[in-house]
Amino acid sequence: MVLLSPAFGFMLVALLVPFGILLLMSLWTAQGFGFDTSLTLDNYRQLLERPIYGALMERSLSISGSVTIATVILCYPMAYYVAFHVHRNKMIWLVFITLPFWTSYLLRVFAWKVVLGYEGVINSGLMSLGLIEAPLEFLLYSQSAVVITLAHAWAAFAILPLYVSLEKIDKSLLEAATDLGDGPVARFMRITLPLSLPGVISASLLIFIPTTGDYITPALLGGPDGAMIGNLIQKQFGPINNWPMGATLAIVLMLCIAVVSGIFILLTMLVRRRIS
Amino acid sequence: MSGRGFNKPSRSLRLYSLIFLFVLYVPVLFLPLFSFNDSIYVKFPLTGFTFEWYGELFEREPVWNALMNSLKVGISVSVLSTVMGIFAAKAITRYRFPGRGPAVGFIMLPLVVPLIIFGVALLVLFSRMGVSLSLYTVAMGHLIVCLPFSVATLIPRFEGFDKSVEEASSDLGENAFWTFWRVTLPMVFPGVVASLILTFTVSFDEFIMAFFLSGSEPTLPMYIWGQLRFPKEFPSILALSSIIIAVSFLLIFISQWINRGAHVTSVKGD
Repeated sequence: MVLLSPAFGFMLVALLVPFGILLLMSLWTAQGFGFDTSLTLDNYRQLLERPIYGALMERSLSISGSVTIATVILCYPMAYYVAFHVHRNKMIWLVFITLPFWTSYLLRVFAWKVVLGYEGVINSGLMSLGLIEAPLEFLLYSQSAVVITLAHAWAAFAILPLYVSLEKIDKSLLEAATDLGDGPVARFMRITLPLSLPGVISASLLIFIPTTGDYITPALLGGPDGAMIGNLIQKQFGPINNWPMGATLAIVLMLCIAVVSGIFILLTMLVRRRIS
Repeated sequence: MSGRGFNKPSRSLRLYSLIFLFVLYVPVLFLPLFSFNDSIYVKFPLTGFTFEWYGELFEREPVWNALMNSLKVGISVSVLSTVMGIFAAKAITRYRFPGRGPAVGFIMLPLVVPLIIFGVALLVLFSRMGVSLSLYTVAMGHLIVCLPFSVATLIPRFEGFDKSVEEASSDLGENAFWTFWRVTLPMVFPGVVASLILTFTVSFDEFIMAFFLSGSEPTLPMYIWGQLRFPKEFPSILALSSIIIAVSFLLIFISQWINRGAHVTSVKGD
């Protein structure tokens, strides 16, 4: 217990105290360059009344929802391949899959800017090949650019839990299914997929939660249509200089994430009960 | 085992995996490609080969300052978080106590909660406490980001060796400190080195916390962010980014290699 205390105590202080103050500040209001420290729910009321906040929150949730679905679907076969078809050097495969994830997030987003840009790799490449006349404008500064970049950046977060849950599946169950006459598709639907569901759930949450609050990718690649709630939070603490509103948005963002994740976990539990 | 279908080689799945890896790496590899291109425009066709952008970096004082800032923060954060991680991992693996699961989950929290929330929460805390933003505040933020990685890297190491060796040491009369120093530490050493390298790299590359918590001294990612506004700076930023990515790849590869065997369980987290 004593041993755990430095790390745990640090986390406790470093997480709870700032959260408490954030919560407190969300009840204040901005006044000129200072704060009016009388407690009020005014910020929360504004949040409900002005459509911009709700719209941005909704967009953030839908963007990270698409990112989550795309990433899990794209990563599942990859994790499946390493779990079932790689017999030697699994470790090397896993290292290579996760390696880019460890390098600077900012630089990976920057790389996508170089790829998708107006005069970027795709546009200038296609143009010098003579395939297109003018640059494709929808590539950069759009929601799809944000989804592509986020899905790429968080792939490792999906692959590892998927891999772990697939790897754990008892191979004799698959043999039994084959012996009892199941084809590959039936076997996958009846054994592999249900048993890997915990991995799918943790992969989804591990991607959905952090991407909802992202602001670097939308700032560099989103343009006006791709802005997310994180950008607004950042602006409240920066140019807009309304810290209490920023604090309110951060609190509401956490609540939204908690609610959506809760509903998701509940739904998957129901689905699982029906399967079994 | 083989011949039953589910683990016979599948050519299409293999092809998919190779394409997957290709797509994973290609965007990042465009940075070094264009950093050697002899044009200030980042576009095809490539015009010629040059080291000019790299040479130019060496003469920039702000780059060197930012590098020094990043090194200072990265080294202190990696040492601090690894030391705390060693204690935490030992406590988690050796002792059963009530609330152990939630405590571990709590330490791992920063892995999943959007970092912007931690960033602004700490910013508010520091400003209310009257602490001015500096490299210390950045390091504090990075410590939060890095501690889960340390703990996750070290737990499998502590789980991987036999507790009775430690007991034997104390039976033979070593006190707790010497048992730790002469028995435990050498056994978990690969994990410690891996944690040091890993957390250094995470801190060195970290941007979100630094964005909210930097004062007047930028770290390297902050410097890059500042330069992204100027299109004419693109080539030198490409060169700088390429160096950072190459160094990060190398460091992470070394840390994973040293810690091989404990890899899969380590990132599972929760």
